[in-house]
Amino acid sequence: MKSARAAGTPILRPGGSRLLNTLRANLLHWKRHPFSALIRLACFLSTCITVFALLDVVADILIKGLPNLKPSLFSLTYTTDNQSLLPSLINTFIITALSLIVAVPLGVGGAIYLSEYAKRNSLLVRAVRLTAETLAGIPSIIYGLFGMMFFVISLNMGLSILAGALTLSLMVLPVILRTTEEALLSVPDGYREGSYSLGAGKLRTVWRIVLPPASPGILAGVVLSIGRIVGETAALLFTAGTLARLPSSLLSSGRTLSVHMYVLAGEGLHIGEAYATAAVLLVFVMLMNGLSGLISRRIIKE
Amino acid sequence: MSKIEIKNLDLYYDDLQALKNVNMSIAANRITAFIGPSGCGKSTLIKTLNRMNDLIPGCHITGSVTLDGEDIYGKDLDVNLLRKRVGMVFQKPNPFPMTIYDNIAYGPRTHGVHRKAMLDEIVEKSLQDAAIWGELKDRLLKSALGLSGGQQQRLCIARALAVQPEVLLMDEPTSALDPISTAKIEELALQLKEHYTLVMVTHNMQQALRVSDTTAFFLLGEVVEYSDTEKLFSMPVDKRTEDYITGRFG
Ligand SMILES: Nc1ncnc2c1ncn2[C@@H]1O[C@H](COP(=O)(O)OP(=O)(O)OP(=O)(O)O)[C@@H](O)[C@H]1O
Ligand SMILES: [Mg+2]
Repeated sequence: MKSARAAGTPILRPGGSRLLNTLRANLLHWKRHPFSALIRLACFLSTCITVFALLDVVADILIKGLPNLKPSLFSLTYTTDNQSLLPSLINTFIITALSLIVAVPLGVGGAIYLSEYAKRNSLLVRAVRLTAETLAGIPSIIYGLFGMMFFVISLNMGLSILAGALTLSLMVLPVILRTTEEALLSVPDGYREGSYSLGAGKLRTVWRIVLPPASPGILAGVVLSIGRIVGETAALLFTAGTLARLPSSLLSSGRTLSVHMYVLAGEGLHIGEAYATAAVLLVFVMLMNGLSGLISRRIIKE
Repeated sequence: MSKIEIKNLDLYYDDLQALKNVNMSIAANRITAFIGPSGCGKSTLIKTLNRMNDLIPGCHITGSVTLDGEDIYGKDLDVNLLRKRVGMVFQKPNPFPMTIYDNIAYGPRTHGVHRKAMLDEIVEKSLQDAAIWGELKDRLLKSALGLSGGQQQRLCIARALAVQPEVLLMDEPTSALDPISTAKIEELALQLKEHYTLVMVTHNMQQALRVSDTTAFFLLGEVVEYSDTEKLFSMPVDKRTEDYITGRFG
């Protein structure tokens, strides 16, 4: 090492500032490896563009939305005068919760069956996997049409929060199923073997050994689903309707924040309020992400 | 006295026959070593002793294996109880992603021990028996994944001991470890045989010679020779055994 360096000119001059020294070292490295320098530059630029685009969207929404946040936007009843978003916010909570209550147990349970009980890579497992993958890629409007035909009309639920939530739970079910299955499969088999070899049964092994290390991955799937539910409009227009009131029951129509924004922006009369709604939606999503990050870090620590 | 009796055992993975007419009796409080080239069925046989093969779809056996005279493939046998009696240590250390304490306590908790004082006692005793208490006693509540490979393997031994097994199966327990950790585990095995029956798969003939009392040499799913370790290594009866132990094989 020493002799090799002594032969060339020293790159780092003891007197120079640290920044200059780094720059000098980098320049020398780039001169020797121009291609590697190019790749590095390209990657750096990609990062810049991604971050910039994201910041731009967030800044745009906050700048145009925050000044339009008025107390009247949070009144309990929506009128054409106040354009209140509070009923929609509450509907968003209800629809998200309902969809998850249906989709999470089904999706997680199904994934546990596929990865822990069914024969690995059996025909059934592969068929379900393929189906789930296909379903996850279908545009949401098709779920909306299906939901309208099935829940709204056939099951006679009418345009209702219940029909909307059930439709959305169908929409996110494949997402939860697949992410959970991936999370379970990434748990090393050594853990399972260790557990069985100590005399633990299937249930205990799945519950105490496989699920804990998989839970951050499962949670990531749930967060992804929440994002899709909160951002959904097309599937809800046909199933939950656009009534901007607090629901009196699960069978009454109700709009979520995204639908609310869609309607406001579509009418073209209340762009300011639409931006304010967008700001609230943004904060909502960021809070969800932060919360789930916190939870998964807690889980990992345990 | 023989602890495990294997009679006319054939084992198939779907159509592939991995074990052919194995007959063997494994003595209590002795270390029995399985040696032989890769793919000859050592792991397969050791896994039939605690029925870990049940987990492999398409694996079926004929013949019988008895533990203290009881058929372990019998209809009334509780597999979980069998695995409590016949513990296992794997080639790759596989501590659970939880604290050292919880790793050891997992087995006893599985079998219904929940009193804190009792668990504390079991954890300390098991770690002491695995000769790792001194190293770990101050970090019991730290994650087991932060340990070195050798420590992890001794933790796994302690974990297996915590359910008070009668037999301890070890499938190449030192093949992923450095020489110092290997020496510690060999020494440990020699101490453990006082209370347990040990069966150990190894690729290292020196190791078999150093620690085991009896050795079985496997070839293509068959037991070619099974006798006292010293005898097998000094005066092998079968030509193939001789070729293998003198390194003239294949
Ligand atoms: N799960 C399995 N499914 C199908 N065949 C298997 C399975 N496990 C092992 N075999 C086959 O059974 C034979 C014996 O394998 P086994 O793992 O018992 O060998 P081994 O002696 O332990 O070898 P090594 O020293 O490499 O660990 C091999 O031919 C192997 O390919
Ligand atoms: Mg093996």
